[in-house]
Amino acid sequence: MVTRRDMLRTAGAGAVASALPGVVFAKAETNARFVLVILRGAADGLGIAAPYGDGNYRKVRGDLALPAPGQDGGSLKLDGMFGLHPSLAGVYEEFRKKQALVVHAVASPYRERSHFDGQDVLENGGSDVGLLRDGWLNRALAPLGGSLGNESAIAMAVNTPLVLRGENSVTSWAPSRLPDAEESTIRRLQDLYANDEFFATRLAQAINSQEIAEDERSMQRMRSRTRDAAQVRALMQATARFLTAEDGPRIAVLEAGGWDTHQNQGATTGGLANRLAGLDGGLTALRDDLGSRWSDTVVAVVTEFGRTVHVNGTRGTDHGTATAAILLGGAVNGGRVLADWPGLGKADLYEGRDLMPTTDARSVFKGILADHLEVPDSLLERSVFPDSAAAPPMRDLIRG
Amino acid sequence: MQDRTIIATNRFGLGARPGDLDIVDRNPRSWLLDQLQGPSRFPADIKSLPHSSDVLVDIQNLRREEREQNRSQSDEPTPEMVRKYARTAREHFIDQVTARYRTAAASDYPFHERLVHFWSNHFAISIDKQPLPTITGLFENEAIRPNVTGKFADMLVAAEQHPAMILFLDNERSVGPDSFLGRRANRRNQNRNIGLNENLAREILELHTLGVDGGYTQQDVTTFAKVITGWSIGGMSDTGRFAEGEPGKFEFREIIHEPGTRTLLGKRYPQTGVDQGEAVLRDLAAHPATARFLATKLARHFVADDPPARLVDELAATYLETDGDLSAVYEVLVKADEPWREIHAKYKTPHDFVISTFRAFDHVPDNARFLIGALDMMAQSPFRPGSPEGWPDTAEQWGGADGLYKRIEWCNTVARVVGSRARPVELGDAVLGPATRKSIARAESGVQGLTLLLASPEFQRR
Repeated sequence: MVTRRDMLRTAGAGAVASALPGVVFAKAETNARFVLVILRGAADGLGIAAPYGDGNYRKVRGDLALPAPGQDGGSLKLDGMFGLHPSLAGVYEEFRKKQALVVHAVASPYRERSHFDGQDVLENGGSDVGLLRDGWLNRALAPLGGSLGNESAIAMAVNTPLVLRGENSVTSWAPSRLPDAEESTIRRLQDLYANDEFFATRLAQAINSQEIAEDERSMQRMRSRTRDAAQVRALMQATARFLTAEDGPRIAVLEAGGWDTHQNQGATTGGLANRLAGLDGGLTALRDDLGSRWSDTVVAVVTEFGRTVHVNGTRGTDHGTATAAILLGGAVNGGRVLADWPGLGKADLYEGRDLMPTTDARSVFKGILADHLEVPDSLLERSVFPDSAAAPPMRDLIRG
Repeated sequence: MQDRTIIATNRFGLGARPGDLDIVDRNPRSWLLDQLQGPSRFPADIKSLPHSSDVLVDIQNLRREEREQNRSQSDEPTPEMVRKYARTAREHFIDQVTARYRTAAASDYPFHERLVHFWSNHFAISIDKQPLPTITGLFENEAIRPNVTGKFADMLVAAEQHPAMILFLDNERSVGPDSFLGRRANRRNQNRNIGLNENLAREILELHTLGVDGGYTQQDVTTFAKVITGWSIGGMSDTGRFAEGEPGKFEFREIIHEPGTRTLLGKRYPQTGVDQGEAVLRDLAAHPATARFLATKLARHFVADDPPARLVDELAATYLETDGDLSAVYEVLVKADEPWREIHAKYKTPHDFVISTFRAFDHVPDNARFLIGALDMMAQSPFRPGSPEGWPDTAEQWGGADGLYKRIEWCNTVARVVGSRARPVELGDAVLGPATRKSIARAESGVQGLTLLLASPEFQRR
């Protein structure tokens, strides 16, 4: 069947190719799928995975402490020290199947408390703010192949987040409620953009994404859904659609906001619990819709930094440092909590207020890239995460 | 037609309406500078909006009604009350967005309006939190608009003391641990943690004044948070300590203010109540790091994504010499060479793009409902930047493939609506390059021609 995408691709190929010299049209053969979920706003690691076995936990967390595992509304037991937030029941199910793990007391190298700089460092993969202008996941795409019209990575957003921005061609997609433009208009725009690389490239990428998205009726339903939990879920389902499409991307980046819980954060129920439940519903839908692809998949859920250990004056928490990350998927060597636990005593805290970082987030990313996406170590050290010798890859994250 | 005319109309203004280019072409620089003369402008659509304090009082009355209805029942509001609140909030929000975009579409002072939007984005607040949808647009008109051609320090104080900002960044109940109420509460209950919330203090330093590299420390953030404890809103409850003050207006609450002299960025500020925080704000406004931060943002917005260093230096120097006189800074910007060197140097944001579309057709929308949905899909939902950093301002950040596709869908939709009323070539002739002109001339229909015009690289840049 000749699809709309094929037709437009053929029509625009000359123009696009001339705008992008030196692109290699080839793609490495691997089944591995990777989904990066960025929680924007600094999600509270102590809320995601509560250290109920730490003698100081209940004291320092006060009203925000979760009941211990087994109690009413209590956390879900991960091991003798940690319990998962009860809103993350779907993640817990994977944990029990040894397909999910939690990395705790983790942080990027960033040590200040600005959301925007924190996200910058998390995404650019540098050792400090502003050192790199592109994203680590984009730099890691180099050996994975993928090219214009055949991208190996997609941002599930209107705009591409920093982590995916850079030299390697990536695409993006988000739902629309506007009527589709006519095919002949799109074709004329391809001609019109021929001499403007900025526009030509983006249009070519968008056309591909449209094609994959429009194949499926569920996408039509998605157009009417909008907010929060339903939105996360719908976006996860769309992600599964892209990751299972023939010739589709194998890497996806999603973003979810609303984690900046300065006020009324809650514990078993409340603001954070609602967010986590929405996330959990999305992750479960992603798993279900990926079907057999789930066994080749790693999903990493990360945030720019954590929050203060102590509760602030408005029953919330302020910007902190270390936090927790979740890895899940059939390819994850799960069922464990990875933490060099720093403790919650006053002297244990970073600057007397935050969870002390003991694991570098770059070690987690490097482990996934090396053992799951098979990015060579030399590339990891040289360009994907420059100056990261102090953060060696975590080597046992992926099922052997 | 001079390139300068195109730059003045599109990059400094909000896009040409039919006939605008001929007027601007007489003297592009004067056309811009004349818009800064006289007091700030309050067009009719803006003037017809209520004051934020009245809206907040209305919202509070709604809550009171809810409590009275529920007195003997559960704590949860009834579904009917929730619907009533949601409807009220939505009506206020749509009225405010409609007024904003009507004004932008019709304005004879588009440079002035662009500056209002620029500063409103600098002091970004978001409707993500209740009851902000009811007053976010009013914040722009009450705190930003009156000060847009005045002193930055005045805008800063007005913005930080506006109830919308205080609510957005959680300062209304930030309690000094050693304040009267803080001590009493913490004596009564050891576990109940009443105290500081440092959100507003941090964002003032990081996003509104010094910038993240401005040389402040965590200690400065905490100290500043103490200084502005008590910056709250009047009449927040029906009874008790938080009932005091004029409802819905800024209220300094002595009883939660952390007493004492504080040292911030090496300077001592004696305990003087609300003046202590205002003194800090005025010093922050006069700080060289603030001058540089604001100059960089202005140059990025009006010249190029990578702002020219010489111009940033000159803008910052002017800012410091004039005690933060914004009109003086704008004048230097307009008279400098850098903005005029390259045509189409900036990729329009969806907000810019949509306004310029309206202006191209001389169309003033009756109601912003459709517009809100469209901008939402283009990832720039009105007054909903998602974070206090506000919307980004570079092609890199707006350049997603899907973003372009959404614009094309928008162009196509608009073209279908207005297609029979406009002649694309005439409309765009002055600003379009030969390739675009040829492409439009060969379009198979008027609607397609308009779509091509609006989606052309020339029209999508400013």
